[in-house]
Amino acid sequence: MSATAITKGRAPLLAVYSTLVFAFIYLPIVVLIVYSFNRDGVGGFPPRHLTLNWYRQLFADAAIWTSVLNSLIVAAGSVALSLTLGLLAALALDRASFPGKSLFRRLVLLPLILPGIITGLSLLMFAVYAHANLSLLTVFLGHGTALISVATTELFAGLQKMDRAQEEASLDLGATPLQTFWRVTLPNLKLSLIAAGLLIFTLSMDEIAVTFFLIGRDNTLPLEIWGRLRRGITPEINAISTLIFAVSVALIVIWFRLRTRATRRNFEAV
Amino acid sequence: MSLAQAIPPLQEASAPPPLLEIRSLAKRFGPNEVLKVVSLNIASGEFITLLGESGSGKTTMLRLIAGFEQPSSGEIWMNGERLDTLPPYKRRVNTVFQQYALFPHLNVRDNVAYGLRATNAPANDIDTRVADALRMVKMETFATARPATLSGGQQQRVALARALVNRPLLLLLDEPLCALDANLRKAMQIELKSLQREVGITFLFVTHDQEEAMALSDRIALLRNGALEQIASPREIYSRPVTAYAAQFIGQTNVLRAEVHGGIASCRSLRWAARGPDGPALFSLRPEAIHLVAAESARSDLHDQSGFTAIVKQQLYGGSSELLEVDCDGQLLRVKIPARGALSGAQEFTFSATDAVRVAE
Amino acid sequence: MYSRVYKSLVSVPPLLWVGLFLLLPYALMLAHSFWLVRDGVLIHHWNLQNYRNLVTNAVYAEVLWRSMRIAASVTLCSLLLGYPLAYYLSFHAGARKEILYQLVIVPLWVSYLVRGYAWKTVLGSEGVLNGFLQYLHLTRAPVGFLLYSPFAVILMLTHIYTPFVFLPIYAALEHIPRPLVEASQDLGAGPLKTFLRVVLPLSLPGLIAGATFAFVLSLGDFLAPLLVGGASGTMIANIVQSLFGAAYDWPLGAAISVGILLITVSLLFFTERLEKRWSFR
Repeated sequence: MSATAITKGRAPLLAVYSTLVFAFIYLPIVVLIVYSFNRDGVGGFPPRHLTLNWYRQLFADAAIWTSVLNSLIVAAGSVALSLTLGLLAALALDRASFPGKSLFRRLVLLPLILPGIITGLSLLMFAVYAHANLSLLTVFLGHGTALISVATTELFAGLQKMDRAQEEASLDLGATPLQTFWRVTLPNLKLSLIAAGLLIFTLSMDEIAVTFFLIGRDNTLPLEIWGRLRRGITPEINAISTLIFAVSVALIVIWFRLRTRATRRNFEAV
Repeated sequence: MSLAQAIPPLQEASAPPPLLEIRSLAKRFGPNEVLKVVSLNIASGEFITLLGESGSGKTTMLRLIAGFEQPSSGEIWMNGERLDTLPPYKRRVNTVFQQYALFPHLNVRDNVAYGLRATNAPANDIDTRVADALRMVKMETFATARPATLSGGQQQRVALARALVNRPLLLLLDEPLCALDANLRKAMQIELKSLQREVGITFLFVTHDQEEAMALSDRIALLRNGALEQIASPREIYSRPVTAYAAQFIGQTNVLRAEVHGGIASCRSLRWAARGPDGPALFSLRPEAIHLVAAESARSDLHDQSGFTAIVKQQLYGGSSELLEVDCDGQLLRVKIPARGALSGAQEFTFSATDAVRVAE
Repeated sequence: MYSRVYKSLVSVPPLLWVGLFLLLPYALMLAHSFWLVRDGVLIHHWNLQNYRNLVTNAVYAEVLWRSMRIAASVTLCSLLLGYPLAYYLSFHAGARKEILYQLVIVPLWVSYLVRGYAWKTVLGSEGVLNGFLQYLHLTRAPVGFLLYSPFAVILMLTHIYTPFVFLPIYAALEHIPRPLVEASQDLGAGPLKTFLRVVLPLSLPGLIAGATFAFVLSLGDFLAPLLVGGASGTMIANIVQSLFGAAYDWPLGAAISVGILLITVSLLFFTERLEKRWSFR
């Protein structure tokens, strides 16, 4: 009987099972992409007659691209808002003590753990009572608020990893706290800020549950797609979905480059 | 045929067969040859140490015996049966890990009982054996404690108990004392040695600390770059090192490059009687083998004495001894003498030629 | 090291914002659950009628019960898929670990809607799966139950949440020092015993975290039922949604939301205690 080295052992059953799980995760997406090129639309098997028609139709579809623009605007705004408040919150959690600190931390995390419908409806009620019209502005405020904790978590971790002595050195050398923040703290958080920003951007672009209840006349991309889905399936949706997939993959590659750069930086600093 | 011829002579009581036989063991990690065809035998009941620097292959050999690595070539045999084809959980070998590897989610008693439970030992047996093991390492009052609450030394005892309670044929210890501070280390060394005597189990100890190896071992296997440099008892390896590396790794020594000619070795202005063929040769001369003539106990009874004059360059006081660095006509030597106050200038020294050991490169 | 001014400057703005835009809205939701709607008009009259309604109404109870069953199924399936995958990556993948990890993360970044839509196209009567089965002559007519059923909802949500469940389990497995696994085998425990007695207990916090996440979010999901659930796959959040839409009864909808919130928060509280108990740092 051959010995098995523990962490390097081959576990054939497990490998097969893992492959099946991977297949489960990827097959629907692969199907989606393949059928975006299918002349006869979505459904049936096998797909014949490959065509770029649906993509052509997609690019001519003004409503979709308007919604993309709307989504981009909202996402950009959310990144700015969440990062700013998230940075302040992270600093507060790291350096200040105040009554209700742990309550605050949990409250900020709630929108991430609670089903989106609860946060969405709560914000809707708030908007109604504030006599605000539902629009991209309300969507933006909703996203920005809900995603604060994403920024807070990432930036808090970045602050913890930071060498405190650098700030002390800066103050010792005569810089004011504001200068220290600008010249020492922020640059150290650069990678955390970018990583958090990427994540917030992606989450905002994809957000449906909260947006569902705060949307006015102008649609974001997910809601535009959603509206069309209610009316019926067209392969045009496959096409835009494929594009979304491609962009997501590109973003995740960037995210990973940043992460490995961050860890490498930490090793070099040691 | 005479009667004397018919009755075969009484056999000498042959040495008992070795417990562990390592036959031409080699291990490669990619292009890296970590262990280069090593063979050695381990006797039952002995305390043997694998000594070497990091990268010498000592840890790899330990892991091969434990079963966490597979040999690239060669075999390991235990008690006449093939060992290296067995998975770790089937070998009658247990390991004390460098960082102890105590299970954090189990208390001390459950940690120690782990191996007995995993091999389905009878339940009453387990309780008594665990209690005995804990008593043996003096940790019986900590039975319900969690590892995280214990100090390094305490964790190490638990790790010992956990391994020994299974009554393995061979206990592997992977640099178990290196995480402890100096005083605790010395105390644990003594405890380990008496424990091994008491229990009678064969210990294979891995360390890079040569003092530790010398203090504890019945035999030392010195490894260098994956090959076995010398294997002998501590006294033998100290007084008769085979190579310059062995001489320098264990204890301190002076390595003298000399020319041997007609029974005399000469190195600059040093001369001493030497055996062996003519030609260039290396000699190892321990600092404590060189004596200060001015000291009261000038030993005139030493055979083959060689004397020389040297200038004292440095003096390091060590409590009971002095370590001198002296310059003998350009040849720097280290000399260790009993403490006697500050020395300076030129002094007379002497040593016995038998203490100058001829070593290989 | 940090002045009072500094500390106030960093804590006040987020506190104010969160207080105004999170605490207040949630409080408003809570308040609404105690109000009433009569003849299509909202009346600010404090009462417990909505909650009484909730508890006694058979339909709501049934839908809530179905939602919990669906959430439990999703959690279980995600664990069954995600745990072995995480284990394989952590202990057996060797050099390919990093790349495989990235491959698992990619779907997380792909739109929820996109993935839900993908399943819709696959499972429909005119969909890809049926086409495939008929192409292979395994079936002659479209299989109906695939789409617009609780089965479809469970399938879609499992697909969504398996990577979510994978992440904390993988992190927990990676944190287990390999010498512990070696020690277990050294002491006589084979691979299975080692898994059950060492690896699984030490990975429990990650498992609990992932499972909680999957359960809570599945429970309150309203999009999956709308996409692939059909009539039989309606979940509790859909009822809330309709009460805030066509069936105009905000107080009742708020009450159900508060109910979901209570289930969620108590579950989180409970699992947090569990995680702490099983965490051995």
